[in-house]
Amino acid sequence: MNVDVLIAGAGPAGLAAGIELRRLGVSRVLIVDRETEAGGVPRHSAHTGYGLRDLRRVMTGPAYARHYARAAVRAGAEVRAGTTVTGWPGWPGPGGPLSAALTSADGIETVTASAVLLATGCRERPRAARLVPGGRPPGVMTTGELQQRVYLHGQRLPGRAVIVGAEHVSFSAMVTLAHAGAEVLALVTDQPRHQSFAAFALAAAVRWRAPVWASTAVHRIAGRDRLEGVELADLRTGATRFVRCDAIVFTGDWIPDHELARLAGTQLDPGTRGPAVDTALQTSVPGVFAAGNLVHAAETADVAADGGRHAARHIAAALRGGQPPPGPRIPVTVAAPLRWISPNAIRAGGPPPARGHFLLRSDIFRRPARLEVRQGDRVLAAARARLVPGRPAHLDAGWMARADPSGGPVRVVLR
Amino acid sequence: MTGPAGAPPGAADVAIIGAGVVGTAIARELARYDLSIVVVDAATDVGTGTTKANTAILHTGFDAVPGSLESRLLRRGSALLRDYATRSGIPVERTGALLVAWTDEQRRALPEIEEKARQNGYTAIRPVSAAGLYQREPHLGPGALAGLEIPDESVICPWTTPLAYATEAVRAGARLELGRVVTGVRSEAGGHALATTRGTVSCRWLVNAAGLGGDVIDAMLGDGGFTIRPRRGELIVFDKLARPLLGSILLPVPTAVTKGVLVAPTVYGNVLLGPTAEDIGDRSDTATTAAGLAALLEAGHKIVPDLAGEEVTATYAGLRAATEHRDYQIRVDPARRYACVAGIRSTGLSASLGIAEYVTGELAAAGLPLTERGAGGAGPPAMPYIGEAGIRPYQDAGRIAADPEYGRIVCHCERVTRGEIRDALAGTVPPADAGGLRRRTRAMNGRCQGFYCAATVSAMMAAAQGPGPASGGPAVGAGPAGRAAGRASPELGRLA
Repeated sequence: MNVDVLIAGAGPAGLAAGIELRRLGVSRVLIVDRETEAGGVPRHSAHTGYGLRDLRRVMTGPAYARHYARAAVRAGAEVRAGTTVTGWPGWPGPGGPLSAALTSADGIETVTASAVLLATGCRERPRAARLVPGGRPPGVMTTGELQQRVYLHGQRLPGRAVIVGAEHVSFSAMVTLAHAGAEVLALVTDQPRHQSFAAFALAAAVRWRAPVWASTAVHRIAGRDRLEGVELADLRTGATRFVRCDAIVFTGDWIPDHELARLAGTQLDPGTRGPAVDTALQTSVPGVFAAGNLVHAAETADVAADGGRHAARHIAAALRGGQPPPGPRIPVTVAAPLRWISPNAIRAGGPPPARGHFLLRSDIFRRPARLEVRQGDRVLAAARARLVPGRPAHLDAGWMARADPSGGPVRVVLR
Repeated sequence: MTGPAGAPPGAADVAIIGAGVVGTAIARELARYDLSIVVVDAATDVGTGTTKANTAILHTGFDAVPGSLESRLLRRGSALLRDYATRSGIPVERTGALLVAWTDEQRRALPEIEEKARQNGYTAIRPVSAAGLYQREPHLGPGALAGLEIPDESVICPWTTPLAYATEAVRAGARLELGRVVTGVRSEAGGHALATTRGTVSCRWLVNAAGLGGDVIDAMLGDGGFTIRPRRGELIVFDKLARPLLGSILLPVPTAVTKGVLVAPTVYGNVLLGPTAEDIGDRSDTATTAAGLAALLEAGHKIVPDLAGEEVTATYAGLRAATEHRDYQIRVDPARRYACVAGIRSTGLSASLGIAEYVTGELAAAGLPLTERGAGGAGPPAMPYIGEAGIRPYQDAGRIAADPEYGRIVCHCERVTRGEIRDALAGTVPPADAGGLRRRTRAMNGRCQGFYCAATVSAMMAAAQGPGPASGGPAVGAGPAGRAAGRASPELGRLA
């Protein structure tokens, strides 16, 4: 099968890209998703707050997912759920076709595309990847697993639960646990304070009596066949205490699902751990673009969808041809305590990034923070930002025109 | 066979305590003969002790103690298992191993290791220069001085192996009595009565293959010539994307000071780093430790520095059944009709079929009558293939065309289909819990550790098993009633 654009991932970014590509007149757009339904992570985020910025109304995650999935089909994109891209056969031939191997209940098929958009999203690092020692009993999970158990499979989870993390998603996990009948003992974070909205923390404390234990690290998980509890350490005093519980939910600590990107030979950005992308969301492999939480794990669904539309416009332009050849890629990097920047490359004459700004992540709290954009000895821009770990900070893209195409990497630093 | 006077009616000819890789291998071997066999284990699945948590290497035995029983049975067992794995679909890959010397002391030890291998009857071992090491393993860290190549060292699936043995034994008529803790043994003329937490099991002959509990069972029979000293080994599994960093198993040179850690591919396409070696008192403490994991990472980053940029998929710890003796503790007492098969240390997986063959011979010499069954022997079962080197169902167009369930991938990280999960749940030896399903299919074993699929997989499991009592384990091969008994209910503490 031949298509103009193959999109891997039917979450907000992939679906929004498909809709935009069709709107721009691209004929054959195939969106595949390995899950049994299109829609992505919002399918199992039953809380409200979706759609405000991109659809101008407030809806729940599942309603938002359904809206985009239906809109993509209406727009004329082919959406195939239950279909996995398992690899890139014959890839990468120099200038050769971009072809993908698909597995579904209908069999195995190879699809050749003029352009590919990777929109495979992100997931939370599980306990093992965080190197939390101790036993390996059941009852230890991520928010993604928790919300699928509760919202897609209707499971009840009675018992006491501890949430690791105190950012937006952690409070979402708290609400899910409450819906499932669990008693949330606390949200535990190694940060000096929670990273969400004050109203969330207040609601947690008042309505669910779930305190935030800040500056607290998970030392050890206890239990062999059954979870017994968790040993916590106070990072300020070194004191440890044992909390008995029946479930532990690890939240946040996002990592892009970059398997397909790596198998396609795209260069990874060391900060985001997703494919390195320029401001047109093109990866290091010609014809392969990436958008959504694969390149900025994790932003809200509307930001992912905006990124998908942004990529779609540049894919459509590339397919039309007649574009001036893009200049060389200039990497854009950050220095600690900044964790990553996305996009992480610019090109001379390239477009501004989606929504006109770069996204940043910090490992520390700092407000207001003074950022500097440097290239060699030159300061291209100075900017103010509000840094909260796990929350987005924005860097206006106005400095792009001042970058010297042959001036080497651009660095964004905290002053 | 007809029992001697004194054996209670309904007694099995042979009871085997322990459903690990050794116990199930013995059950499989004995099931070829006209004997009634029962395997009893405290755990609710086969292969849940030392068997499941090790380095998953099929050893040649090149570095065993020359002249030991372990050396002999390892050599025999690994040849038998290589063949059996090929015939039954147990994933095995002959990656070869490189033993790498990083210090002058280690380099000086190499000739002795080479000589020892020859004494163990392994002659394919050969020296490799530093340049040869880097040519073979371009991602090897700086500082390697010299090494030895052991081309027949292989990696194998430690989960499918005991499952294949148990499946073959059960299909030949053996009974698995799982979820029963043996609390006492009463030996009398003509046999033994095992008191268990779920009733008494009577037998004419008793085989103790209780692994970490081997000395406890032995003491129940009044012996006690050895003490199990559990040695804990922590291991780290790296993401599949790290697999291209490694061609073969990278072994350390054992020195007087430290045994060192190895880096090895797994048959599932991951990279394994470990083990630590720590003598501990608690026979059930398979927890990992912060110090252990940190030490492993430090050692691993020296051996293959690029591992530092890769994600960790899993960490685990296993206990090896070491004793104060350097060799296996295998003896058969004809008078008491008792075989002790203990102190198998860390080589049970590789030696299992050699041990089973040897123990069966010793039992026959002690008077256990072995009459081959008629043409009933079905041979090795065809096990579902869960390795990475061969063709898995999601890659098999013919299988998907015949049954679309093999095209429905549920576990995305490991690419496990609904069809495979369905098959495992309906297997001859079905899983008792999510861990058992992981070991049979790889579902939920990947980098997301259940973020995407655990909810769906556990719903499939609950649907297949239905509601039932939450205690005890399954009795397999005891008829439909036994098969349906003892299911865990899907409550919070039981979730994957």
